[in-house]
Amino acid sequence: MRAPDPVPLPPEPALAVLGLSVAYGGTPVLTDVSWQVPPGTLAAIIGPNGAGKSTFLKAVLGLIPSLCGEVRLFGRPLAEVRRRIAYLPQRASVDWDFPLTALDVAAQGRYPHAGWFRPLPRRERDRALAALAEVGLADLAHRPIGALSGGQQQRVFLARALALEAELMLLDEPFAGVDAASEAAILAVLRRLVREGRTVIAVHHDLATAPAIFSEVLLLNKRVIAAGPMATAFTAEALAEAYGVPIPLSAAA
Amino acid sequence: MLVDALTLNAGHNAAVVVLGTAAFGLAAGAVGAFVLLRGRALIADAAAHATLPGVAGAFLVALALGWEPRALPVLLAGAAITAALAVLAVDALTGAGRLKDDAAMALALSVGFGLGIVLLSVVQGLPSGSQAGLKGFILGQAAGMLVRDAVLIASLAAVAAVLLGVLFRPLSLLLFDPGFAAAVGLPIRGLDRALLALMLAVAVIGLSAVGALMVVGLMVIPAATARLLAPRLAVLVVLSALFGGASAWIGAAISATQPGLPTGATTVLVASALFNAALLCKLLSRLVARTMRCISGAQRDDGASSSPRRSPSATE
Repeated sequence: MRAPDPVPLPPEPALAVLGLSVAYGGTPVLTDVSWQVPPGTLAAIIGPNGAGKSTFLKAVLGLIPSLCGEVRLFGRPLAEVRRRIAYLPQRASVDWDFPLTALDVAAQGRYPHAGWFRPLPRRERDRALAALAEVGLADLAHRPIGALSGGQQQRVFLARALALEAELMLLDEPFAGVDAASEAAILAVLRRLVREGRTVIAVHHDLATAPAIFSEVLLLNKRVIAAGPMATAFTAEALAEAYGVPIPLSAAA
Repeated sequence: MLVDALTLNAGHNAAVVVLGTAAFGLAAGAVGAFVLLRGRALIADAAAHATLPGVAGAFLVALALGWEPRALPVLLAGAAITAALAVLAVDALTGAGRLKDDAAMALALSVGFGLGIVLLSVVQGLPSGSQAGLKGFILGQAAGMLVRDAVLIASLAAVAAVLLGVLFRPLSLLLFDPGFAAAVGLPIRGLDRALLALMLAVAVIGLSAVGALMVVGLMVIPAATARLLAPRLAVLVVLSALFGGASAWIGAAISATQPGLPTGATTVLVASALFNAALLCKLLSRLVARTMRCISGAQRDDGASSSPRRSPSATE
């Protein structure tokens, strides 16, 4: 008898969601959402306003309670892998008048590693600075965040997420309200992360740029409209169903 | 006379009052910076008003039990209990979506204050009550402060300062971005509770010095002043503490020179004078900066033809 050839186990999905449902005060926001994202991919969550895209990210991160469903990250429950996950909230969710510098915000990504109860050691500060340099903001490290442009603020948020040195990045509209220069800078960073084998999942609004940027997609409108590789899931029919109006894919692609 | 009070040369009692009130001012300013940035000024005010029934109730209970009813620790314990109850009541009223935040806080504030006034007049009607001086808890009457009261206030203020120092980084992330804080695993509910507890502690220890109505002023006004001037959070907190301490020091000294002048009122007025001065500085510096830009811009226009201020069409 010959032993069967060892078959390599397929890698655990970076994110596996099964039957996730979320409600706000009795109103269902997400119903029975299931989606898997293989590691090392750049994945988009797309859907109209109010489709539950941000809610999906927040439920995955345990920031809001879910009614039912299972979330696995790298095959494990969130509590065991929190250190491997980075989150970029919507830029509009915070007060940019807050008395902080760009470096202060980037350094927030190092505290989970360095500890919360002492000043950040020099080595950790340097890593926060490096994250700022990576998004092209090294020169503005000591600028108050209120004095930055919207695109620069978005890049500060990305630098903070980078400083966490996570394997899975969950980004809520990283391209919202940014100019072309910031968009290019952000995109270059995301592509590099994926080349390194990390996984990036981003809420995205621009249907025209989505197919060129992302390889996986979740089309969402309170439930899953379509999910899977961009080439097969991102169809004119699925878009029409998600948005409720026909959307010519020529315009989208 | 005011100079004597300010320099602690107006007698032992006045010096105790000024130092005790200033210790409270430091703590109020430091905690107030976080209260302001977390948007908790109104709940702090509601809690401060709700200390009054606790003060009067503690007096009555202590009297019934045969304790010394005017002992400050007893009165402050009562104040802490009812202030905490007010915060919990606001939580319960807003939690289930029954009332909006501002309505719930207005409700807790007015009910707490109303109950406090009723209980205070009950105390006032008692044979031993008219001498109790509990009315001083409304607007602040620091003059009656004993050395042991001042030491109690100063040690509570020191504990608050140490706690703030330890929790500085988690709290600052909570204030700036609660979503990110939760995502990296910070216990944001616990931190919020800790901040509320600090706020309650400050409201309670300030009662005898500046009174229930004015406590919130000494938390919020120094913080608002520091907010105008400080580019970074750590600087803001330190400045706010210094402004709070200075306002309390000066306010207590002014009140000590005029019998019957409530410490709370003078302290808050000094704090607001500092705020106005800071606001004026800020406006002036902005005006100066704008004028300088205009002048240098005009000089460039005079000198070189390649002024960046000109539109492209004008240069062509």
